[in-house]
Amino acid sequence: MSQLKETLLNPIFNNNPIGLQILGICSALAVTTKMSVALVMCIALTTVCAFSNLFVSLIRNRIPSSIRIIVQMTIIASLVIVVDQVLGAVAYDMSKQLTVFVGLIITNCIVMGRAEAFAMANPPGASFVDGIGNGLGYSVVLMVVATIRELIGSGSLFGIGILPLVTEGGWYTPMGLMLLPPSAFFIIGLLIWALRAWKAEQVEEPDYEISSHSALSRG
Amino acid sequence: MAEYYLSLFIRAVFIENLALVFFLGMCTFLAVSKKVETAFGLGCAVIVVQTITIPVNNLIYQYLLADGALAWAGLGEVDLSFLTFLSYIGVIAAMVQILEMFLDKYVPALYNSLGVFLPLITVNCAILGGSLFMENRAYNLPESMVYGIGSGLGWAIAIVVLAGIREKMKYSDVPDGLRGLGITFVTVGLMSLGFMSFGGISL
Repeated sequence: MSQLKETLLNPIFNNNPIGLQILGICSALAVTTKMSVALVMCIALTTVCAFSNLFVSLIRNRIPSSIRIIVQMTIIASLVIVVDQVLGAVAYDMSKQLTVFVGLIITNCIVMGRAEAFAMANPPGASFVDGIGNGLGYSVVLMVVATIRELIGSGSLFGIGILPLVTEGGWYTPMGLMLLPPSAFFIIGLLIWALRAWKAEQVEEPDYEISSHSALSRG
Repeated sequence: MAEYYLSLFIRAVFIENLALVFFLGMCTFLAVSKKVETAFGLGCAVIVVQTITIPVNNLIYQYLLADGALAWAGLGEVDLSFLTFLSYIGVIAAMVQILEMFLDKYVPALYNSLGVFLPLITVNCAILGGSLFMENRAYNLPESMVYGIGSGLGWAIAIVVLAGIREKMKYSDVPDGLRGLGITFVTVGLMSLGFMSFGGISL
């Protein structure tokens, strides 16, 4: 039981797919201008990740290793088609706002990476939980970025006004940069800094050591 | 007419840069941009694959998958558009495989220099994203050819420039937690800010 819990919780902070493994960043940046859009994306990705892990794990002993990538790809693509069709039927406006990014879950490295690295070697139950855990790890980063961008960029959360805007007689002038692409990079960069300041073991080794000034050290 | 295509090309390369404006292909973009040489190889591979797959996917969409596209076979009411994802990714994987075999046989020098990057391209979101944008914006065949070259070139420029910056940045003293991935994100953000200045251009 505790092992399952660890499988579920580990990817959220200790081994975050975005922060540490640099996986699945494309969509993390593109759909975060609004919280509601980001939330739908999180749900879609977590679902696809969990079920692709489950199905890949169920047939893992029957997949010939030479064609495993194609098999995983087909499973993932089929699941994404299902999610896309459901979104189009249930939340049409939302699926229009997400445009191509639902389709891009297929090439999201988190889904593919977990299927290859975890589901191919573990039983279905654990794989399913691992899928959910990694989906949640992705969701945490996505929601944090979306919260910052929507609050500062348009003064609202989930489309509900929090900070009264100047245009509506309030005091808050929205910071337009937050709605533009570059801000997403800055926020994720700073988030990674914060995460690594908290968990120091994730700090990367320097490629190039700057030697101390020889004249100074000799005094 | 030429102006229209030129404008489409410029837009695909600069204004709607796949990497810096739509964040596509980010995983490889960050992972393979430590050296200019490798970044250049990957960039070339992306241009080639993008130029081939987008028009091919365009043909498949127009004549097989779109609503009513099978009218030529007497199946006017069939709508297979839900199969787009599956067929695009299949086409991309097949194209990459064919390209790999072709290069191995006829242009071994290029094959060796591209090395592991060719298979990696299958899972590069920029390639699939390009095809999906093509469908989303309803490009026809000539448009999708221009868009394929332009978007590939835009991505390649972005990764080579980032690799150049990162090569120099190796020697700078970055705070511990920001080192590596963090500072790369901030750099890409600044680059993206630079590319935004192309925003108003139209020919």
